Amino acid sequence: MDTKRLIIVAVGGQGNLLASRVLAEAALLSDVPVRMSEIHGMAQRGGVVESAIVFGDAESTIISDGEADLLVGFEPSETLRAIRKANSKTVVISNLSPLPPFTVAIGRGVYPDLKQLQELIRSKTSKLIAFDAVALAKQAGNVLAVNMVLVGALTQTRILPLSAESVKETVRTKTKKAFADINLKAFELGFSAAECC
Amino acid sequence: MHKLLTESPGEKMILLGNEAIARGAIEAGVAFATTYPGTPSSEISLNLFEMSQESDIYFEYSTNEKVALEVAAGAANSGVRTLCMMKHVGLNVAADPLMTLAYVGVKGGMVILTADDPFMFSSQNEQDNRYYGKLSGLSVLEPSSVQEAKDMMVYAFDLSERLQEPVLFRTTTRVNHSTAVVTLGTIRKRIIKGDFKKDPMNYVTVPAVSRKLHVKLLKNMAAAQEIAEKCEYNFIRGSGAWGIICNGVSYNYAADAVKDLNITDKVSILRIGFSYPMPKAVITAFLKGKEKILVIEEGEPYMEEAVKAFAQEQGFTLPINGKSNELFSRLYEFDPAMVRQQIASYFAVPYTPPLLPDISDVPELPQRPPNLCAGCSHRATFYAVKKAAREQGTEIICPTDIGCYTLGFLPPLSVGDFLICMGSSVSTSCGFSKVTDKKVVSFIGDSTFFHSGITGLINAVFNNHNFTLVILDNGTTAMTGHQPNPGVDMGDFSRSGYGRVSIEEVVKGIGVSHITVIKPYRVRKSIEAIKEALNYQGVSVIISQEMCTLFAKSLKKLKPRAFHVSDKCKNHRDCIKEIACPAFYLEGEKVKIDPVACAGCTVCAQICPENAIVPLKSEK
Ligand code: SF4
Repeated sequence: MDTKRLIIVAVGGQGNLLASRVLAEAALLSDVPVRMSEIHGMAQRGGVVESAIVFGDAESTIISDGEADLLVGFEPSETLRAIRKANSKTVVISNLSPLPPFTVAIGRGVYPDLKQLQELIRSKTSKLIAFDAVALAKQAGNVLAVNMVLVGALTQTRILPLSAESVKETVRTKTKKAFADINLKAFELGFSAAECC
Repeated sequence: MHKLLTESPGEKMILLGNEAIARGAIEAGVAFATTYPGTPSSEISLNLFEMSQESDIYFEYSTNEKVALEVAAGAANSGVRTLCMMKHVGLNVAADPLMTLAYVGVKGGMVILTADDPFMFSSQNEQDNRYYGKLSGLSVLEPSSVQEAKDMMVYAFDLSERLQEPVLFRTTTRVNHSTAVVTLGTIRKRIIKGDFKKDPMNYVTVPAVSRKLHVKLLKNMAAAQEIAEKCEYNFIRGSGAWGIICNGVSYNYAADAVKDLNITDKVSILRIGFSYPMPKAVITAFLKGKEKILVIEEGEPYMEEAVKAFAQEQGFTLPINGKSNELFSRLYEFDPAMVRQQIASYFAVPYTPPLLPDISDVPELPQRPPNLCAGCSHRATFYAVKKAAREQGTEIICPTDIGCYTLGFLPPLSVGDFLICMGSSVSTSCGFSKVTDKKVVSFIGDSTFFHSGITGLINAVFNNHNFTLVILDNGTTAMTGHQPNPGVDMGDFSRSGYGRVSIEEVVKGIGVSHITVIKPYRVRKSIEAIKEALNYQGVSVIISQEMCTLFAKSLKKLKPRAFHVSDKCKNHRDCIKEIACPAFYLEGEKVKIDPVACAGCTVCAQICPENAIVPLKSEK
């Protein structure tokens, strides 16, 4: 089976670990080989969390620079920071709602301009799907569902060997019961947002 | 029921490497487990801690790794299967019992897990603990994948019982923190009670006994060597004339690279999973008839040196490379593209590496370093110490220690000047204060104090040193995921039947005569107390007590009362400049507080010169 490589970058607390868990469970459900690697550790302290997920026949659990087929950023400046993982054929999905790091507030850094940021990503990759995932999560009923919005969007690209049905099934069964409906709604909103881009 | 206790052999589960390791121990019938938490090993013990609640497995968080290993050694020598887990540097702490336990051996199977951390994702060094195998004479096993980590754990227990020696199980972060599909095996029956048969002539390591035991250890090493030669974890893939010898995650990268480069028929890969004693006969046979050899291993050239020595004994002259000639580095971790590139160039295979994006036009992005949580009590303590020193015009040197509070060394707090290992804050203070004329104020967390701060403090009192030690007591081992320590109320962890050790009583008992307990959220009072301690000649201790905010939130003990910046703000920005809580952000030029992040600690409200920071609802 062809290997597909996905990188998800997020800020600690944005729920990307659950997102990658859902994708891995969906792969198990669909008999797709899957391996992933995450750097935990200081995530709770507001650092960057990067997950690498490799679908298909491969032994490695990490993804080298320039080798992601799909790059999903939960925060715009983090998407741009992770651009080294992409190449000219990579499809990039990014939330556009910024979470400026604290260094900006203490004057030790400047947050990039969102328009320029998108142009930069577009110029280096094959496609950028960018939208305000936080707004869609709110629309689904909970800001914390940003992760499921983005899972919906990445499923829509059909780059990963996972059907929308199997991912939805996993969202239904593997995320907390109380949030399942909100999560599914978030998934759908993300899925259609990606269709329009 | 805990998912890792599921009795359904053949079932497939998505597991984190550390969950798979814990499951492997369960399948092996582990009955007794000890640890001191440390990333990247922490989730193994966390799962065993949970499982000990609903089964007859005994689990404990020991005060440090040396203690953990000794506790386990007692149980294992009474015939019970034991697992002792730690991060790589933890084995330095446990090295003393390790070296002689190897002489004494064990009766029940005993596995010592050491989690190495190439690239130092969350460690102070990237030492290669395979050398502990060589140093102690104990067998070393190294898995490459999550599934193998589980399976190998069962093998490790059997091996240990067969050799009557502990077995070192060495992982790296990318095994511990990888996730994959794992097929479960059967759970063996646990034997939870043992018996100790007295045999002082084999257990009490006086010189006469140890001289005998060292002979026994050498015999056991020879037996281990025999087993390693036949071990299925040292396997060969392919039959080509180009040889690759690799271990751990390097095997994954090498296997993928050989496939990607389309050279499967030209290459043979020898994967070493049983890496001490090195399987000499297997390696020698592998070298025979090869054109050249590439050794791929993260860390030190541990295998490379052994392979070269074996080749020399046989008079083989084929090229053997790895770290030599700088093909691979001793630094950091490897990745698939790097390994692919080196394999291609070493064996002269045409290969075009992926085109990396040109990022020269990407503006410099603001850094996102980890930061103490909003409302973290450490921030309040650091502020108070800095302020006290500044108000008195005292220049201070601040040795720090290992925990969340290490992050205090980052600006704008910038408290933290020296750190080498657990407990070093206290003992290095003795040296700094003796030979400099500056005031020394050092910082240690509650868990680290119990781990290895106490002996340093006794030293300070005995040798009459002059410094102030601040013990940051936040009621948990926060950094590694909120584990308990001897000072905590186990009720907070929903457990009963534990003792509790008061830090204040310990410090008193050691004979420190100037001890103050402060509540760091009371800013002015804390500053005054710290000033007094700074002026004290001799050893003074400040115990700063406030529960870890994140932990308090998770226990629902914290009812956050969010604050906001009212229009009295004159934009001095003392709040941002001095305490830099991540709940602050700028909206245009105005300072704002994120009401969701704000923990209501009130520290910023107390330091604002305009009293502009007020509770949110009082404005209404
Ligand atoms: S986890 Fe606790 S101790 Fe660590 S930074 Fe957060 S509040 Fe502070």
